[in-house]
Amino acid sequence: MSPSLRLILVWAALMLLLALTVGATFLPLGHWRTVTSYGIAMAKAALVLWFFMELRSDSGLSRLAVLTGFVWIGLLFLLIVADYVTRGWTAAGAF
Amino acid sequence: MSNSALHEPFHDLARQHETDRFGMLLFLASEVMLFGGIFAAALGLRMAEPDAFAAYSQKLHLWLGTANTGVLLTSSLLVALGVEAARKGRYRHLGWLFIAAALLGLVFAGIKGTEYWLEYRAGLMPGVDASGIEDRTQRLFMNLYFVSTGLHAIHLSVGLILLVALAGRACAGRLGHVMAANVGLYWHLVDVVWIFLFPTLYLARPV
Repeated sequence: MSPSLRLILVWAALMLLLALTVGATFLPLGHWRTVTSYGIAMAKAALVLWFFMELRSDSGLSRLAVLTGFVWIGLLFLLIVADYVTRGWTAAGAF
Repeated sequence: MSNSALHEPFHDLARQHETDRFGMLLFLASEVMLFGGIFAAALGLRMAEPDAFAAYSQKLHLWLGTANTGVLLTSSLLVALGVEAARKGRYRHLGWLFIAAALLGLVFAGIKGTEYWLEYRAGLMPGVDASGIEDRTQRLFMNLYFVSTGLHAIHLSVGLILLVALAGRACAGRLGHVMAANVGLYWHLVDVVWIFLFPTLYLARPV
Protein backbone atom coordinates (compact mmCIF):
# COMPACT_ATOMS: atom_id res chain seq x y z
CA MET A 1 0.00 0.00 0.00
CA SER A 2 1.38 3.41 -0.93
CA PRO A 3 1.85 5.80 1.99
CA SER A 4 -0.58 8.34 0.50
CA LEU A 5 -3.30 5.73 0.03
CA ARG A 6 -2.83 4.62 3.63
CA LEU A 7 -3.29 8.22 4.84
CA ILE A 8 -6.48 8.56 2.77
CA LEU A 9 -7.87 5.33 4.24
CA VAL A 10 -7.11 6.60 7.75
CA TRP A 11 -8.99 9.80 6.91
CA ALA A 12 -11.97 7.71 5.72
CA ALA A 13 -11.92 5.81 9.01
CA LEU A 14 -11.83 9.11 10.92
CA MET A 15 -14.88 10.37 9.01
CA LEU A 16 -16.71 7.12 9.70
CA LEU A 17 -15.93 7.44 13.43
CA LEU A 18 -17.20 11.03 13.36
CA ALA A 19 -20.49 9.86 11.81
CA LEU A 20 -20.73 7.09 14.44
CA THR A 21 -20.11 9.39 17.39
CA VAL A 22 -22.69 11.94 16.23
CA GLY A 23 -25.17 9.17 15.46
CA ALA A 24 -24.67 7.63 18.90
CA THR A 25 -25.75 10.86 20.63
CA PHE A 26 -29.27 10.27 19.27
CA LEU A 27 -29.48 6.70 20.60
CA PRO A 28 -30.92 5.94 24.06
CA LEU A 29 -27.67 4.57 25.44
CA GLY A 30 -27.82 6.13 28.91
CA HIS A 31 -24.42 6.22 30.59
CA TRP A 32 -22.95 4.27 27.70
CA ARG A 33 -23.28 7.36 25.52
CA THR A 34 -20.45 9.02 27.44
CA VAL A 35 -18.36 5.87 27.13
CA THR A 36 -19.06 5.69 23.38
CA SER A 37 -18.28 9.32 22.64
CA TYR A 38 -15.00 9.31 24.59
CA GLY A 39 -14.09 5.83 23.32
CA ILE A 40 -14.52 7.04 19.74
CA ALA A 41 -12.60 10.25 20.52
CA MET A 42 -9.71 8.13 21.81
CA ALA A 43 -9.83 5.94 18.70
CA LYS A 44 -9.74 9.04 16.48
CA ALA A 45 -6.87 10.56 18.46
CA ALA A 46 -4.98 7.25 18.28
CA LEU A 47 -5.38 7.15 14.48
CA VAL A 48 -4.14 10.74 14.15
CA LEU A 49 -1.19 10.12 16.47
CA TRP A 50 -0.22 6.77 14.96
CA PHE A 51 -0.60 7.53 11.23
CA PHE A 52 -0.76 11.31 10.67
CA MET A 53 1.83 12.13 13.34
CA GLU A 54 3.83 9.05 12.28
CA LEU A 55 4.40 7.62 15.73
CA ARG A 56 4.23 4.24 13.99
CA SER A 57 7.73 4.77 12.65
CA ASP A 58 9.09 6.50 15.76
CA SER A 59 11.47 5.24 18.40
CA GLY A 60 10.13 4.09 21.76
CA LEU A 61 11.58 7.19 23.40
CA SER A 62 9.60 9.53 21.13
CA ARG A 63 6.40 7.58 21.70
CA LEU A 64 7.00 7.80 25.43
CA ALA A 65 7.46 11.59 25.19
CA VAL A 66 4.02 11.96 23.61
CA LEU A 67 2.43 9.52 26.00
CA THR A 68 3.68 11.30 29.16
CA GLY A 69 1.42 14.31 28.56
CA PHE A 70 -1.63 12.05 28.36
CA VAL A 71 -0.54 9.96 31.36
CA TRP A 72 -0.22 13.01 33.64
CA ILE A 73 -3.61 14.30 32.49
CA GLY A 74 -5.02 10.84 33.17
CA LEU A 75 -3.71 11.03 36.77
CA LEU A 76 -5.26 14.48 37.18
CA PHE A 77 -8.63 13.18 35.97
CA LEU A 78 -8.40 10.13 38.22
CA LEU A 79 -7.88 12.30 41.32
CA ILE A 80 -10.70 14.68 40.34
CA VAL A 81 -13.08 11.75 39.86
CA ALA A 82 -11.97 10.26 43.19
CA ASP A 83 -12.87 13.57 44.84
CA TYR A 84 -16.35 13.92 43.36
CA VAL A 85 -17.30 10.26 43.68
CA THR A 86 -16.41 10.07 47.37
CA ARG A 87 -17.91 13.38 48.50
CA GLY A 88 -21.05 11.72 49.82
CA TRP A 89 -19.13 9.10 51.80
CA THR A 90 -18.61 11.11 54.98
CA ALA A 91 -20.89 10.47 57.97
CA ALA A 92 -22.53 13.86 57.56
CA GLY A 93 -23.20 12.98 53.89
CA ALA A 94 -21.73 16.23 52.64
CA PHE A 95 -19.27 18.97 53.52
CA MET B 1 19.34 24.80 1.57
CA SER B 2 16.42 22.60 0.67
CA ASN B 3 17.40 20.03 3.24
CA SER B 4 18.73 20.66 6.69
CA ALA B 5 22.48 20.71 7.07
CA LEU B 6 24.37 19.01 9.86
CA HIS B 7 24.96 21.26 12.89
CA GLU B 8 27.08 20.98 16.03
CA PRO B 9 26.97 18.99 18.31
CA PHE B 10 25.57 16.23 16.09
CA HIS B 11 27.76 13.77 14.22
CA ASP B 12 25.11 12.44 11.89
CA LEU B 13 21.95 13.79 10.26
CA ALA B 14 19.67 10.98 11.46
CA ARG B 15 20.42 11.72 15.11
CA GLN B 16 19.93 15.44 14.48
CA HIS B 17 16.52 14.83 12.86
CA GLU B 18 15.43 12.60 15.71
CA THR B 19 16.40 15.26 18.25
CA ASP B 20 14.48 17.94 16.35
CA ARG B 21 11.44 15.73 16.35
CA PHE B 22 11.84 14.74 19.98
CA GLY B 23 11.94 18.41 21.02
CA MET B 24 8.72 19.07 19.11
CA LEU B 25 7.00 16.06 20.68
CA LEU B 26 8.00 17.24 24.17
CA PHE B 27 6.57 20.66 23.42
CA LEU B 28 3.35 19.05 22.22
CA ALA B 29 3.16 16.98 25.41
CA SER B 30 3.29 20.28 27.34
CA GLU B 31 0.45 21.56 25.13
CA VAL B 32 -1.55 18.47 26.07
CA MET B 33 -1.01 19.45 29.73
CA LEU B 34 -2.15 23.03 29.02
CA PHE B 35 -5.43 21.91 27.46
CA GLY B 36 -5.69 19.17 30.07
CA GLY B 37 -6.35 21.81 32.72
CA ILE B 38 -9.40 22.99 30.79
CA PHE B 39 -10.63 19.42 30.30
CA ALA B 40 -10.19 18.88 34.05
CA ALA B 41 -12.42 21.91 34.72
CA ALA B 42 -15.01 20.46 32.32
CA LEU B 43 -14.85 17.13 34.12
CA GLY B 44 -15.37 18.82 37.49
CA LEU B 45 -18.34 20.85 36.27
CA ARG B 46 -19.90 17.83 34.60
CA MET B 47 -19.55 15.67 37.72
CA ALA B 48 -20.97 18.40 39.96
CA GLU B 49 -23.93 19.22 37.67
CA PRO B 50 -24.40 16.34 35.19
CA ASP B 51 -27.95 17.13 34.09
CA ALA B 52 -27.47 20.88 33.72
CA PHE B 53 -24.17 20.32 31.90
CA ALA B 54 -25.92 18.06 29.39
CA ALA B 55 -28.86 20.46 28.97
CA TYR B 56 -26.58 23.44 28.27
CA SER B 57 -24.42 21.37 25.94
CA GLN B 58 -27.52 20.92 23.79
CA LYS B 59 -27.80 24.70 23.35
CA LEU B 60 -24.61 24.62 21.26
CA HIS B 61 -24.84 24.11 17.51
CA LEU B 62 -24.14 20.39 17.11
CA TRP B 63 -24.16 20.41 13.31
CA LEU B 64 -21.77 23.33 13.02
CA GLY B 65 -19.48 21.58 15.50
CA THR B 66 -19.72 18.34 13.51
CA ALA B 67 -18.96 20.13 10.25
CA ASN B 68 -15.95 21.75 11.88
CA THR B 69 -14.65 18.40 13.09
CA GLY B 70 -14.85 17.08 9.53
CA VAL B 71 -13.10 20.18 8.16
CA LEU B 72 -10.26 19.90 10.67
CA LEU B 73 -9.77 16.14 10.12
CA THR B 74 -9.60 16.75 6.37
CA SER B 75 -7.06 19.54 6.77
CA SER B 76 -4.94 17.13 8.84
CA LEU B 77 -5.06 14.63 5.98
CA LEU B 78 -3.78 17.31 3.56
CA VAL B 79 -0.92 18.20 5.92
CA ALA B 80 0.01 14.51 6.32
CA LEU B 81 -0.02 14.09 2.51
CA GLY B 82 2.15 17.22 2.24
CA VAL B 83 4.73 15.83 4.64
CA GLU B 84 4.69 12.57 2.67
CA ALA B 85 5.27 14.53 -0.56
CA ALA B 86 8.19 16.36 1.06
CA ARG B 87 9.76 13.03 1.96
CA LYS B 88 9.81 12.23 -1.75
CA GLY B 89 11.34 15.64 -2.45
CA ARG B 90 8.18 17.07 -4.04
CA TYR B 91 8.24 20.41 -2.25
CA ARG B 92 5.97 22.26 -4.67
CA HIS B 93 3.35 19.60 -4.08
CA LEU B 94 3.78 20.12 -0.32
CA GLY B 95 3.33 23.87 -0.81
CA TRP B 96 -0.06 23.46 -2.45
CA LEU B 97 -1.24 20.87 0.06
CA PHE B 98 -0.27 23.15 2.97
CA ILE B 99 -2.10 26.07 1.30
CA ALA B 100 -5.21 23.89 0.89
CA ALA B 101 -4.96 22.79 4.55
CA ALA B 102 -4.64 26.45 5.62
CA LEU B 103 -7.76 27.29 3.58
CA LEU B 104 -9.65 24.56 5.43
CA GLY B 105 -8.31 26.09 8.65
CA LEU B 106 -9.88 29.38 7.54
CA VAL B 107 -13.18 27.57 6.86
CA PHE B 108 -12.98 26.18 10.40
CA ALA B 109 -12.42 29.69 11.79
CA GLY B 110 -15.34 30.98 9.72
CA ILE B 111 -17.73 28.33 11.04
CA LYS B 112 -16.45 28.92 14.59
CA GLY B 113 -17.03 32.65 14.13
CA THR B 114 -20.57 31.96 12.92
CA GLU B 115 -21.20 29.93 16.05
CA TYR B 116 -19.84 32.72 18.26
CA TRP B 117 -22.12 35.16 16.43
CA LEU B 118 -25.18 32.93 16.98
CA GLU B 119 -24.29 32.54 20.67
CA TYR B 120 -23.86 36.30 20.98
CA ARG B 121 -27.30 36.82 19.39
CA ALA B 122 -28.79 34.29 21.84
CA GLY B 123 -27.29 36.19 24.77
CA LEU B 124 -25.02 33.30 25.74
CA MET B 125 -21.74 35.22 25.84
CA PRO B 126 -20.68 35.90 29.46
CA GLY B 127 -19.11 39.31 29.87
CA VAL B 128 -20.66 40.64 26.65
CA ASP B 129 -24.31 39.72 26.59
CA ALA B 130 -25.44 37.21 29.19
CA SER B 131 -29.17 37.97 28.92
CA GLY B 132 -29.94 34.43 27.72
CA ILE B 133 -27.98 32.67 30.48
CA GLU B 134 -30.24 30.94 32.97
CA ASP B 135 -28.06 30.15 35.97
CA ARG B 136 -24.58 29.82 37.42
CA THR B 137 -23.94 26.43 35.80
CA GLN B 138 -24.75 27.71 32.33
CA ARG B 139 -22.47 30.70 32.93
CA LEU B 140 -19.67 28.32 33.93
CA PHE B 141 -20.42 26.08 30.94
CA MET B 142 -20.32 28.99 28.50
CA ASN B 143 -17.14 30.33 30.14
CA LEU B 144 -15.60 26.92 29.65
CA TYR B 145 -16.81 26.82 26.04
CA PHE B 146 -15.34 30.21 25.13
CA VAL B 147 -12.07 29.67 26.99
CA SER B 148 -11.47 26.22 25.48
CA THR B 149 -12.54 27.00 21.91
CA GLY B 150 -10.80 30.40 22.18
CA LEU B 151 -7.49 28.84 23.24
CA HIS B 152 -7.94 26.28 20.48
CA ALA B 153 -8.61 29.08 17.97
CA ILE B 154 -5.37 30.82 19.02
CA HIS B 155 -3.47 27.59 18.35
CA LEU B 156 -5.26 27.23 15.03
CA SER B 157 -4.24 30.76 14.03
CA VAL B 158 -0.60 30.08 14.85
CA GLY B 159 -0.84 26.87 12.82
CA LEU B 160 -2.37 28.77 9.89
CA ILE B 161 0.50 31.27 9.85
CA LEU B 162 3.08 28.47 10.02
CA LEU B 163 1.41 26.50 7.20
CA VAL B 164 1.30 29.53 4.88
CA ALA B 165 4.87 30.57 5.75
CA LEU B 166 6.13 27.05 5.08
CA ALA B 167 4.17 26.76 1.85
CA GLY B 168 5.95 29.93 0.68
CA ARG B 169 9.34 28.55 1.63
CA ALA B 170 8.54 25.20 0.02
CA CYS B 171 7.67 26.83 -3.30
CA ALA B 172 10.89 28.87 -3.10
CA GLY B 173 12.80 25.63 -2.49
CA ARG B 174 13.97 26.67 0.97
CA LEU B 175 12.29 24.12 3.19
CA GLY B 176 13.66 21.01 4.88
CA HIS B 177 11.64 17.89 5.39
CA VAL B 178 12.17 17.96 9.18
CA MET B 179 10.76 21.47 9.50
CA ALA B 180 7.71 20.53 7.41
CA ALA B 181 7.12 17.41 9.51
CA ASN B 182 7.38 19.35 12.79
CA VAL B 183 4.86 21.98 11.72
CA GLY B 184 2.68 19.09 10.56
CA LEU B 185 2.91 17.61 14.06
CA TYR B 186 1.70 20.89 15.55
CA TRP B 187 -1.27 21.03 13.17
CA HIS B 188 -2.22 17.44 14.01
CA LEU B 189 -2.12 18.23 17.73
CA VAL B 190 -4.55 21.13 17.18
CA ASP B 191 -6.71 18.47 15.53
CA VAL B 192 -6.34 16.04 18.47
CA VAL B 193 -7.35 18.75 20.95
CA TRP B 194 -10.49 19.41 18.91
CA ILE B 195 -11.24 15.67 18.74
CA PHE B 196 -11.63 15.77 22.55
CA LEU B 197 -13.28 19.20 22.75
CA PHE B 198 -16.03 18.02 20.41
CA PRO B 199 -17.53 15.30 22.68
CA THR B 200 -16.82 17.36 25.81
CA LEU B 201 -18.72 20.44 24.68
CA TYR B 202 -21.17 19.25 22.03
CA LEU B 203 -22.00 15.62 22.74
CA ALA B 204 -22.95 15.68 26.44
CA ARG B 205 -26.54 14.45 26.67
CA PRO B 206 -28.87 13.78 29.60
CA VAL B 207 -28.86 10.16 30.74
